Amino acid sequence: MYVAVKGGEAAIANAHRLLADRRRGERSLPSITIEQVVEQLGLAVDRVMAEASLYDRALAALAVRQARGDMIEAIFILRAYRTTLPRFGYAEPIDTANMKIERRVSATYKDLPGGQLLGPTFDYTHRLLDPSLLGDEPVEEVALKEPSEPVMRVSDILDGEGLIEGDGEMPEGHVAGDLTREPMEFPMARDLRLQALARGDEGFLLALAYSTQRGYGRTHPFVGEIRIGEVEVELELPELGFAVSLGVIRVTECQMVSQFKGSAKQPPQFTRGYGLVFGQSERKAMSMSLVDRALRTDEFSEDIVAPAQDQEFVISHADNVQATGFVEHLKLPHYVDFQAELDLVRRMRREYETAHGGEDGMKEAAE
Amino acid sequence: MNDLAAYNFAYLDEQTKRMIRRAILKAIAIPGYQVPFASREMPMPYGWGTGGVQVTASILGPDDVLKVIDQGADDTTNAVSIRAFFQKVANVAVTTKTKEATIIQTRHRIPEEPLREGQTLVYQVPIPEPLRFLEPRETETRKMHALEEYGLMHVKLYEDIARNGHIATTYAYPVKVEDRYVMDPSPTPKFDNPKMHMSEALQLFGAGREKRIYAVPPYTQVVSLDFEDHPFEVQKFDKPCALCGAENVYLDEVVLDDKGGRMFVCSDTDHCEDRRAHGHAGALLARPTQESQEAAE
Repeated sequence: MYVAVKGGEAAIANAHRLLADRRRGERSLPSITIEQVVEQLGLAVDRVMAEASLYDRALAALAVRQARGDMIEAIFILRAYRTTLPRFGYAEPIDTANMKIERRVSATYKDLPGGQLLGPTFDYTHRLLDPSLLGDEPVEEVALKEPSEPVMRVSDILDGEGLIEGDGEMPEGHVAGDLTREPMEFPMARDLRLQALARGDEGFLLALAYSTQRGYGRTHPFVGEIRIGEVEVELELPELGFAVSLGVIRVTECQMVSQFKGSAKQPPQFTRGYGLVFGQSERKAMSMSLVDRALRTDEFSEDIVAPAQDQEFVISHADNVQATGFVEHLKLPHYVDFQAELDLVRRMRREYETAHGGEDGMKEAAE
Repeated sequence: MNDLAAYNFAYLDEQTKRMIRRAILKAIAIPGYQVPFASREMPMPYGWGTGGVQVTASILGPDDVLKVIDQGADDTTNAVSIRAFFQKVANVAVTTKTKEATIIQTRHRIPEEPLREGQTLVYQVPIPEPLRFLEPRETETRKMHALEEYGLMHVKLYEDIARNGHIATTYAYPVKVEDRYVMDPSPTPKFDNPKMHMSEALQLFGAGREKRIYAVPPYTQVVSLDFEDHPFEVQKFDKPCALCGAENVYLDEVVLDDKGGRMFVCSDTDHCEDRRAHGHAGALLARPTQESQEAAE
C-alpha cells in the first residue's frame, strides 16, 4: 500500500534551520563581525560588490557572511537587493585620470610621468604559507603618502602621438545603456557589453581572456596601464544645474593596448581593450579588457573565429547568477519529463529488440 | 538596516510591474510571439521560476487566489517555496484546488481539470525559443520567426521519423499558435499540448533568465506540429492511476522497492485527491483506517 509523500513545507523549514546552524558554526568561537569581513576579507567584499553591481562594503560583507563565504551566492543575495532599489538618476562618468592612485603599473614604458607604483599587491610575494598568520601577531601600520597631483594615463601619452585610437565620441544626448533595466538585444553596443563584462563572472572572463592568449582570437595585447585607487562619483542635479559629489569609490582600471594593422578605413594604430571594476580586482579588470578588445570585431572588420570574439556566446554566458541558477535548477524535480522520456526509450527499446531479435535468430539458425 | 525588509506588494516595485504588464499586453496582442522584457533579479535563482514569478507578481491583486504547482503537484518543494513567497510578500489567499484558483503558476504541467474563463495559467519557462537547439543564435532565430521560416523545425521532426519511425520529442513539443508563430509550450509533456488549444483561460509564459514573455489568449488555436502521415499523438498509459483509478490522465511512475515494483499515480495531485474524495479508488489505494481518519479530522 502506498501513501504519497507530503511535507515539503516542513522539510524546507528544517533545512533552513540546519543551514543557519552550520552558518554559525562552533558556538564556543566568537561570531565574525561584518566589520571584520570588510577589513580582513576585503577582496572577497570587492568581488561581491563588482559582480553584484552595488558599491556598498557593509552590505557585501553581510552577503558574504550570510552565504557562508560562497561568493556566487553572496553576489546573488546582493543583486536581489540591488534590483529593488529605486533609480534616482545616472552619475556623471567617473574621471579615472583624477584618481587618487594607490597602485599604478604600466608594462609598455619603463618609466613614465607619475612613476610606477606597486601598491598593496600579491605580485612578487612568494606563495609560502605564513605561519605568523596562524596567530594574531602585531602588524606594522603603514602610512600612505598622499599623492600630490593627478597621474596622467598611459593611453593619453600614446594618444599625444596619435598612435592609439581615441576614447571615442558618443552622439549628443546618448544615455549609457543599462541591461538591468532594458531587455538585452544582439548585436549589443559596446557600452552594454562593457556593463555585462563588468558584472560578469571573474572566472569565466579569466578563462576567455586566457583563451585569446593561447591563440583563440589572438589580440597581441600589452598592459598599457593598470591603476587602482579612489575616484569621486558625481551626480548632476537638474535643480542646481551643476554636479555634486556623492562620495568616493575605489575602482580598478585596466587599459590593454593591442596591435592593429589598419584597414581600408583606419590607419595602422594601437587599439584598446578596456576594463573597469569596483574595488581592487586586477585579474578581473585585465580579463575584462582582453575580452572587450576581442569582442570589437565589427569595428575592425575582424573575422569571428574564436569563442571570446563571439558576443552572443560571451555575453549570454558571463553572468554567474544566471548560470548557477540554470545549472542548479537541474536538481529540481523533472519527473514528469523524465517519465515521458522513459516511456519513449522503453518503446524504442522494444522496437529495437523486435528488429534485432529477428536477425539474431536468423544468425543462430545459420551457424 | 530595518528598511531592507520593506518590499512593495508582491515584491516588485510598481514601475517594474507596469513594464512587465506592457510586455504581457503586447504578448497577448501577438499570440506566440516572444516579447523581450527587462527581467529583474528575483530573490530566487534563475531557472527556478523567476519568469513565472515576475509575471504572477505583475498580475496579482489582493483578491486573487493563487495555486502553485510543480510537476503537477502542489507539495513539491519549489512549488511550496514559490507559494510561501507570495503569501509572504503579497499576503494573498492560496489554494491547492484548481477550480478555486484565479491564477495558477505552473512548472511542467497543465492541470487535468479544464480551465475556465477568468483563470490565468502562468508557465515557468526555461528556454522560450523553440528553435534554440536548432540555431543557438538569437539574432538568427528572431529572423527566422520574422520570416516565418520554420522549415528547420519540420526537418528536425522529419529526421526523427526517418531515424526512429516516429517523432522522438516527448516534452516541450513545438506548437504553432494561430497559424503564425511556432512556440515552445515550456517543458510540459506533449500529453498536455491539446489542453492549450482553444483554452478558456489566459495562458502567460515567463522566461526570466532569457528575458522573454509570451502569451496564448483565451480561445486561441494551438496546434502541435506534425505530418499528415505521422499525426501528433499524446502519451498513453497502460493502467489507470493506482490511487484514484483515473484514466486518460498523466501518470508518474513511482518505484516501490528494489525488485522492480512500480506503480503509476496521477501527476496532478489535486485532481487525484479530488477524485478520491468523490469515492474513486485505484488498485493500490491505502484505505484510511478509522484511527488515522479521526486523527485527520
